[in-house]
Amino acid sequence: MAEGSQDKVVRVASGQGFWGDWLEAPRRQVEGGQVDYLMLDYLAEVTMSIVQKQKERDPRMGYARDFIGAMESVFPAVAERGVKVIANAGGVNPMACADAVLAAADRAGVRGKIRIGVVTGDDILDRLDTLLAEGHELKNMDTGEPLANIRDRVLSANAYIGSTPIVEALQRGANVVITGRSTDTALTMAPLRHEFGWAADDWNKLAAGIVAGHILECGAQCSGGNCLHDWRNIPDLANVGYPIAEARADGTFAITKHPGTGGRVSVPSVTEQLVYEMGDPHAYITPDVVADFTSIRLAADGENRVKVHGITGGPPTPFLKVSIAYRAGYKAVGSLVYSWPDAMEKAELANRVLRERLDRLGLKFDQVLSEFVGATSTHGPLAGDGREAPEVQYRIGVRGGDRAAVERFTREIAPLVLNGPPSVTGFAGGRPKVEEIVAYWPALLDKRAVSTAVSIVE
Amino acid sequence: MNVRLLDIAHARSGDKGDTANVGLIALKPEWYPVLSQYVTRDAVAAHFQGQITGTVVRFELPNLGALNFLLHGALDGGGTLSLKTDAQGKVYSTALLRMVISVPDAEAQALGLPAAV
Repeated sequence: MAEGSQDKVVRVASGQGFWGDWLEAPRRQVEGGQVDYLMLDYLAEVTMSIVQKQKERDPRMGYARDFIGAMESVFPAVAERGVKVIANAGGVNPMACADAVLAAADRAGVRGKIRIGVVTGDDILDRLDTLLAEGHELKNMDTGEPLANIRDRVLSANAYIGSTPIVEALQRGANVVITGRSTDTALTMAPLRHEFGWAADDWNKLAAGIVAGHILECGAQCSGGNCLHDWRNIPDLANVGYPIAEARADGTFAITKHPGTGGRVSVPSVTEQLVYEMGDPHAYITPDVVADFTSIRLAADGENRVKVHGITGGPPTPFLKVSIAYRAGYKAVGSLVYSWPDAMEKAELANRVLRERLDRLGLKFDQVLSEFVGATSTHGPLAGDGREAPEVQYRIGVRGGDRAAVERFTREIAPLVLNGPPSVTGFAGGRPKVEEIVAYWPALLDKRAVSTAVSIVE
Repeated sequence: MNVRLLDIAHARSGDKGDTANVGLIALKPEWYPVLSQYVTRDAVAAHFQGQITGTVVRFELPNLGALNFLLHGALDGGGTLSLKTDAQGKVYSTALLRMVISVPDAEAQALGLPAAV
């Protein structure tokens, strides 16, 4: 290791926590102060099926289109100041995503300065039957059911891939890396591995990279956004600063944000993000390493700065997680609003009337769920009985395999306005829409069955 | 003394399939042992009785002053299947903070715990 490398600091900035996040954030991250990498996380499970449907309609689509606008907003930083971008914006069509970025670079006059590493290999949809024939069961991790139960309804199938191909793309000189379904945490860990030369079995350092990735992957959710702790006093959320990890070769890092931005980086704000979507904290499983979240130590390190250290990890499992999206019937949700006096009782009567009508129609559903928003919809009976609520939104949803039944349901809500309980409003949106449900089938797949590839396009 | 979790902890929740997780974090490091001792798996299961269809699992993270609860069967199937307003379990966090625990007076007073009103 070169002399002085212990002093080297690599700054990874988070600019998107999901597809739909603040459009201003990427540009603000590269313009608000010094950063080396911009990490953009676009993919949730639901996103993969959306992009798959888009690709079916148009083979040039199938990626997170917000990413093109984000790239346009950061081209000057990438082309002139050497900031590198890592994003899982590729969805089910990373190459088309790269083409769209290059076209945008053309329009912006920076094409010669953009070198894109495209990571592929996560998409196993076309190989599903081969994999099954080879004996990979792809059983549902939660229920143990065989994939055969839903095989004919599968829409997309992707393995969560780790940091290695991203590191390769960076080593080959890419200044933009586009992946499909890589893990969210790999987007942050890969540049640290690349910059610090961490070995593929340096478990504690890799685990530190994963923890940094977990803290950054939801954007401002670690820097004051959605922060319950002392929420009234978190300053200037309109100008919220997205997080930055300042990492060192020894696997320690600090979480901070640009000066002059709003929000707050504190031990409580970072802790809230650490426990978000947490399973067994002893074993946070990724393709690269299993991180132990119980080892994490946090320390306040000045204003809007938290030091993170002490992280340990161990070798990964022989499996990759696979997410398979499949068509799982139909659903619709409708609502009406009942006002004082006796809003809750009126809403409850409406519910009884509507359910009796659905029964008499003989409609069959897998689930009918009634909620009373403003009273008990999110906390149930813990919130009391809703009798004091000045107004209540009656919300009813159904799901099932019979599209016609769900369609018929959508026509039963509006009539209540004239033929149900009084003091009702809030139906201006018209009949609810029937939505096709795309559900998720989590499975494990032997790592050796997945090979990734990196292409450089410019 | 009765103590409401909202007054001694903060929390964040999220989802994984049909499971909601709630991370419960002590507002002061010295209050973590109170969470650890009195916010048991069984107490949380009783708190959410009728609202979740599966079991409750509890993990301890003393370094972070936090407990992590997995509430199985909390999300009407979860993800895109769920018809719930809170299909992703985002506000199970505050539902847990409604819980009231009973702490011996001497211990509560020594730690300066606020009494539930």
